[in-house]
Amino acid sequence: MRDLQERLGYLVLAATAVAYFAVYTTSLGRPPGSFDYLAILNTTMPLVLVAVGQSLVVITGGIDLSVGGVVSVCVAVTAATGGTPGWILAVLALGAAAGLVNGVIVAFGRIAPILTTLATLSIYTGAALWILPVPGGSILPGVRAVLSNPGVPTGLAWLALVVAGWWVLRRTRFGMRVYAVGSDETAARAVGVPVERVKAGVYALSGLCSALAGVFYVSTTTAGDANAGAPFILTSIASVVVGGVAFSGGRGSAMGAVAGAVALTLVIDVLFFAGIDPLYQSLFQGLFLVVAVLLGTAAALLARRRTA
Amino acid sequence: MTVEATGIHRAFGGVQALRDASFAARPGEIHALAGENGAGKSTLIKVLCGVLRADAGSVAVRGRVATAFQELSLLPDLTVAENLLLAAPPRGRLGLVRRGHLTAEASRVLALYGVSEIDPRSPARDLSVSQRQVVELVRVLATEPDVVFLDEPTAALAEREVDWLAGHMRRLRDAGACVVFTSHRWREIERLADRVTVFRNGTHVATRERLTEDEAVTLMTGRTLDATYPDVSGIEAGEKALTVTGLTSGHLRDVSFDLRRGEILGVGGLAGQGQRDLFLTLFGARRPVAGRLLVGQAERSFRRPADAVRAGIAYVPEDRKAEGLLLPLSIRDNIALTTLARRSRAGFIRRRAEKAEISGVAAKLAIGAGRATSQAAGTLSGGNQQKTVMARWLLADADVYLLYDVTRGVDAATKHDIYHLIAGLARSGKAVLFHSSETEEIAHLCHRVLVLREGRIAAELAGPVGDAEQIVAASIRESADA
Ligand SMILES: Nc1ncnc2c1ncn2[C@@H]1O[C@H](COP(=O)(O)OP(=O)(O)O)[C@@H](O)[C@H]1O
Ligand SMILES: [Mg+2]
Repeated sequence: MRDLQERLGYLVLAATAVAYFAVYTTSLGRPPGSFDYLAILNTTMPLVLVAVGQSLVVITGGIDLSVGGVVSVCVAVTAATGGTPGWILAVLALGAAAGLVNGVIVAFGRIAPILTTLATLSIYTGAALWILPVPGGSILPGVRAVLSNPGVPTGLAWLALVVAGWWVLRRTRFGMRVYAVGSDETAARAVGVPVERVKAGVYALSGLCSALAGVFYVSTTTAGDANAGAPFILTSIASVVVGGVAFSGGRGSAMGAVAGAVALTLVIDVLFFAGIDPLYQSLFQGLFLVVAVLLGTAAALLARRRTA
Repeated sequence: MTVEATGIHRAFGGVQALRDASFAARPGEIHALAGENGAGKSTLIKVLCGVLRADAGSVAVRGRVATAFQELSLLPDLTVAENLLLAAPPRGRLGLVRRGHLTAEASRVLALYGVSEIDPRSPARDLSVSQRQVVELVRVLATEPDVVFLDEPTAALAEREVDWLAGHMRRLRDAGACVVFTSHRWREIERLADRVTVFRNGTHVATRERLTEDEAVTLMTGRTLDATYPDVSGIEAGEKALTVTGLTSGHLRDVSFDLRRGEILGVGGLAGQGQRDLFLTLFGARRPVAGRLLVGQAERSFRRPADAVRAGIAYVPEDRKAEGLLLPLSIRDNIALTTLARRSRAGFIRRRAEKAEISGVAAKLAIGAGRATSQAAGTLSGGNQQKTVMARWLLADADVYLLYDVTRGVDAATKHDIYHLIAGLARSGKAVLFHSSETEEIAHLCHRVLVLREGRIAAELAGPVGDAEQIVAASIRESADA
């Protein structure tokens, strides 16, 4: 019944989607339209991306707290340079490099992931503040139209691209090795998996995902803020948990985490339409997280008792 | 020579696992590597196949190498298919892995090696220990290596699977491969090996084409063991410690017997005839469907193992890692675990009392050859880990000891120690229920033997039986005397 835990993300997403639909319809007197769906998609996109990177790291048995710092730096650079395509490519390279630094320290320096990424989180956040001391900056309208157009469903295309990307990754040798490392590092090494390179790789990918998230963030908000990344630390981990990725590593799917990310964003909308003071948003988000995880654990326990 | 190593040194922290060790094996032979637990066999194999680096010395291995490690290297969360094909998965265009073909390809490989009862889709963690071992072996065999190292490949296997493996080892040898394996079962070494190398204390002692078991034991231990089995015939049986009536649970069907203080009662029979269910049920780890259990005079029904422990029952399993040993904790903490309450006051543990008491037991059992009890249990060799688990239950001072295959994967000298320990338990008035996958042990060590077949008691033999053949015969024959 491990399946159930792995599908937790989709179940929670379905439940929150129903709640969203109900609350929206009762409070506005009409069902949500395509504009609402696109708005949700565009606002979720950064979290979806960070959650994909985070789940890759968690599947290898690690954790990446520096996602907050990488998103912040990339938001700062994108906004400060005006978001031209050339600079966006540079930002993506920057994110991957920042992630690779984590990976090299964790894999070859053998420092615990939580320590490493806590330290680099603080470094990257500091760099972001240095680049963009006050919120502001801009992004090319042409780039916006492609990334997060509120009128045309480009968001859907990007989401499809994320799913396809995961599908491909799962079918590469690297993808198989990611699960092998998280499942049992010593055994993986014994059967010839280059554990250090795989670890360095997932942190670099996580950095790349955070960079993409930063670019999408500037695109949806049309400006930058050097503290933009901070919330992503908690929300990306929450997405991974709700998405049914095991923290012990080796189990789960980034797609579960994507579902978890969308659900988490929906919850905020549900709270909004239910008329709950935004002050209490984090309180309710936390409650939601606890309840979702408890339900998943209870379901797994029940299933185990039935088979035993 | 396909495999040649000379002057190998390798240390783990303060433990010198290999000292000036040498080893050579040639193509077209099955070469057994024998030695006590902790002699350095596994370390040598890891150095030879390149997983561990030697601190000094030279290694030369020619050809494609494949290794089945003692601690197995299956990835628990990956499916059997993924585990088998991790190194070379079926790929389609663009070089992407064809996940849909993984299962089919794995089934084909399993079938090729005559394995049919393992589902390639199930995650490795859901397999039994012997199934995991079989998958690990298929993974190794399927690479069709020139040099193959098998580290205690049969420890978890049943007789039929051992035959299966033996067939494949011979086939590889006949095809010109160099097959190196380790085993604690002399019968297997005798049957399979063309040459035997003996290791002791991390170094090469001898390589021979012919070697008797007694010679081997002397070479492995550096001493001659007195008559292998202690004499248990003089021990007086006391009052009933355990009375079982009509027990039905798992594979067990309507089993009745009693066990007296001072008695060692053997449970024999072919593998999988309900022996495990009997032990687990008596220890409260499995709820019986029917039956009564008296401990002493009192009727008991256990909901969980803790109930059994409270009633004075101790259970020592064969799989020490899965069932009770915490490898990162110190030897002392591992031994102390079940008896903490006795040595604590108001919730605080009296460390000094603990240290004294535990060092005493550890010394008595010669755990880790006098190594400090503050070291992690994980650094001990298998036999010493088993002794640690035994020490824990000795301290617990239980009335009834359920010993399930406690000598599995344990070297000759440690086995010898354990036999004397068991006889000592009986002599001090404890009741012992004893099962072993080595029928010899049951034949020599027990006052009485129950032979299980299809979950029922098929025969009861008065002991010491002395001759294992008698127990084997009773396991196979249709009710001999009923
Ligand atoms: N990873 C390790 N860390 C610490 N000690 C070890 C480790 N591996 C082996 N040893 C020690 O090295 C010695 C040889 O062990 P091993 O090669 O496993 O022996 P064998 O396979 O012959 O039983 C033992 O004393 C064991 O405790
Ligand atoms: Mg070994």
